[in-house]
Amino acid sequence: MPDQQIVIHVNGSPISVPAGCTLSAALLMASAPCRISTTGQPRTALCGMGICLECRAIVNGVPHTRTCQTVCQEGMRVETQS
Amino acid sequence: MPGFDLIIVGAGIVGCACALEAARAGLRVVIVERGVVGGGTTAAGMGHVVVMDDSPAQLALTAYSRSLWLTMAPELPAGVEYESRGTLWIAADDEEMAEVFSKQTTYAQAGIASQVLDPRELAEAEPYLRSGLAGALLVPDDGVLYPPVAAEYFLSEARRLGVVFLSDHEVVRCGKGRVQFANGTSIEAERILLASGASIDLLPSLPIQKRKGHLLITDRYPGVVSHQLVELGYLKSAHKLTADSVAFNIQPRLTGQLLIGSSRQYGDESREINHAILRSMLERAIEYMPCLKGLSGIRVWTGHRAATADKLPLIGPTADPTLFLAMGFEGLGITNAPGAAVLAIDALLGRASVIDATPYLPSRIRQEAVHA
Amino acid sequence: MKPADVLVIGAGPAGLAAATAASRNGCRVAVLDDNPAAGGQIWRADITRPHQEDAARAAAIAAFHTSGAALLPGRRIVDVPSPSTLLAEAGGHFETYRWDRLILTTGARERFLPFPGWTLPGVFGAGGLQALVKGGYPVAGKRIVVAGTGPLLLAVAAHLREYGASIVTVAEQASTLQMLPFAASLLRSPGKLLQGAGYRRTLGATPYQTGCWPISGQGDEKLRSVTLTNGRRTWTVECDLLACGFHLVPNTELAQLLGCTLQGSFVQVDSQQQTPVAGIYCAGEPTGIAGVDAAQVEGEIAGLAAADCDPLPTRLLARRAKEAAFSRRLTHAFRLRPEVLKLASQETIVCRCEDVTFGQLQTRSNWTDAKLHTRCGMGPCQGRICGAATEALFGWQPTSVRAPLFPIPVAAFCDESSSLNAPSAR
Ligand SMILES: Cc1cc2nc3c(=O)[nH]c(=O)nc-3n(C[C@H](O)[C@H](O)[C@H](O)COP(=O)(O)OP(=O)(O)OC[C@H]3O[C@@H](n4cnc5c(N)ncnc54)[C@H](O)[C@@H]3O)c2cc1C
Ligand code: FES
Repeated sequence: MPDQQIVIHVNGSPISVPAGCTLSAALLMASAPCRISTTGQPRTALCGMGICLECRAIVNGVPHTRTCQTVCQEGMRVETQS
Repeated sequence: MPGFDLIIVGAGIVGCACALEAARAGLRVVIVERGVVGGGTTAAGMGHVVVMDDSPAQLALTAYSRSLWLTMAPELPAGVEYESRGTLWIAADDEEMAEVFSKQTTYAQAGIASQVLDPRELAEAEPYLRSGLAGALLVPDDGVLYPPVAAEYFLSEARRLGVVFLSDHEVVRCGKGRVQFANGTSIEAERILLASGASIDLLPSLPIQKRKGHLLITDRYPGVVSHQLVELGYLKSAHKLTADSVAFNIQPRLTGQLLIGSSRQYGDESREINHAILRSMLERAIEYMPCLKGLSGIRVWTGHRAATADKLPLIGPTADPTLFLAMGFEGLGITNAPGAAVLAIDALLGRASVIDATPYLPSRIRQEAVHA
Repeated sequence: MKPADVLVIGAGPAGLAAATAASRNGCRVAVLDDNPAAGGQIWRADITRPHQEDAARAAAIAAFHTSGAALLPGRRIVDVPSPSTLLAEAGGHFETYRWDRLILTTGARERFLPFPGWTLPGVFGAGGLQALVKGGYPVAGKRIVVAGTGPLLLAVAAHLREYGASIVTVAEQASTLQMLPFAASLLRSPGKLLQGAGYRRTLGATPYQTGCWPISGQGDEKLRSVTLTNGRRTWTVECDLLACGFHLVPNTELAQLLGCTLQGSFVQVDSQQQTPVAGIYCAGEPTGIAGVDAAQVEGEIAGLAAADCDPLPTRLLARRAKEAAFSRRLTHAFRLRPEVLKLASQETIVCRCEDVTFGQLQTRSNWTDAKLHTRCGMGPCQGRICGAATEALFGWQPTSVRAPLFPIPVAAFCDESSSLNAPSAR
């Protein structure tokens, strides 16, 4: 495991993740859904490769960001998108 | 095939509305479509139900049609996504503001409610518009809807009344009480109503030109836009009959998605995206609403409006006594479908209409043009 | 004469091989890829084990670098604004690329089939979960069911086990009988699909059930258990995660937008890997699902052809023919059984972007009809997931591809400032 850990905020709560970790992995670690579907279901990453868009979340205020293609940066804020 | 009184060619929103109207009048109807219901220009359009006042005849038909939509609204299924959003006609400068006031007068005379907004009220109504705009005219009873499902709703109501629907049936010839399909079969009826939208292959002499438009739809951003927003500059640009033009026109969908338009081009019958036009259309939109820049655009498409020289549709009889038209709706076919259907079936049955039907008669255009 | 500018889209095995071959033969070559590093899906870099190199990957990347070709990672092609330019998104800004020769090596994605519970958190693609684990998601101690079809299932199971997961079972829908010819070919070249440290070692301990498939997943807010069947018997296993994919479908959207024609589901190419569009070549999964070896051979042929090498080495052509035979066996071995196309109930969601159910789709006549009247395929994945599913379920053919290839900011269509980049970043 890479030793370096960084802190990001998932739905307001801080969580420590390994540097280089993707945001969708961080959301899974925090047991937070990426988004709430149009009929209200919680969803998490599916394809892991930028195709399915199930991993969209609000990242630093920007909605519809694909978290599986985004690498965590120190202090990043990610919120479940509904 | 059982005997039919009427064959309708084309299951766009206009053909479907006509089918329902004809069925209500007791006619035995078959409606034929080469693709799927609402898959033509109806699928490509914006679904803005809007009163327009380019000419008195246009005002009469749009106002009449909108009143029919308003009556139907409570019964429309959820999938039609009908919402009474209201239109904001946006004035960028004093010249356009003068337009706002004259438009208000015209609407008032026609009994159409509207309200002038000053810059502050406009900013309150639509906080994401750029600052420095001169004001707007709010037409509160205009609506938005999702056209393909609206077309299918008319069709399903018509089918409940016994109308027969044939999808995947391409018509290759029609007239003299007979409609012939690409598969070699044909059907006959006393009357044929041509509602084939922008496609005039069946009557190449029709005075209809294709006018191409581009649209972009975004992902869901609920709350960013509340009304259908149209720049008044649109009146200067969109109605020139020759040059290519773009205008700021944005529609909030029930889903929270934004539909961004609009462009108008002649002489391009392809479905390809024209990147130069698309770029200027979106630049225009961003000029009015800078936040659009960062919104995620998920799809771009094009469609062809059926344009006539006087911007009015062709509704009524032709030189062939069996053949009637309901075509040429340019950018207003969604709005005008219910009103046009009433006029078309009135013409077919020789009934009097609620509004004066003469401005839309095909015979107003050069006589030879409407020979079958 | 100025050297030809060759642009390669996709830095997986096919793209790296193509770029290496073209660059060695005098072209200026740049490879664009969406991911932050070269390798594609199969050789995806692992953040938790940066020093553990796959030998084949290391060799391909070393050859690529010595060839002098340039890698431009983190760039996703989103549009074709004119026939000889491509628009790429790179971390929020946009770049335009021109090319003399274009080689498309865009790979494949997993096919997903809907069944009750497949939208629950805790259900992933098989390759999907592998990618997430490589991206830092820890699975140590997690009980995982791997299910679906294709050789990927075994590789994924072995990989997850290496990371400390406990593999409850690997459920392969194909029957042993159906897989026999393929098993024989695996025996002939066992390294083929299971490269990588320790796969074969760990494989022995992995429970592998053929002729077995998932029929539902249970759980409220997240997956708790999976129900499996072998057609005669049905049983439920408790688990934390389900990794489920039904083999692969090719990524042909860019090729289609460029006007390349398809033959069935695949991009049509001739013996030189050349598509019907002048100057555009295609190699790897978009021309047929055949695995990493085929991708490398086809890539090399495409690279040589793009560099005008004539004639092409017969040893390469012979290897490609051999791989094509392997591909046919693969397709045959892992073809879908009819039962897995009937798993969805009326309420099962098929289109995840727009939450369109199987029941809503059943009454529609084709893809266009479904799109217009149910919104299926109208969401941001643009039908990539539900389109592959409805093609399998209903036989619906997808319609033409439109820009943008992926959702992009509205400004991307206007951005004047986007620079013109020749692929010369040596
Ligand atoms: C970009 C754009 C934006 C628009 N925005 C608006 C708006 O906001 N508000 C508004 O009111 N209007 C709008 N419109 C206009 C509106 O979409 C059209 O006027 C309307 O859809 C026309 O309906 P239709 O039934 O006449 O034509 P269509 O929907 O085209 O229907 C004609 C049908 O006939 C079928 N057909 C044609 N030939 C044959 C044949 N030979 N055999 C069998 N079938 C055949 C076609 O397949 C098609 O389904 C817009 C149009 C465009 C292009
Ligand atoms: S998980 Fe599919 S796009 Fe991110």
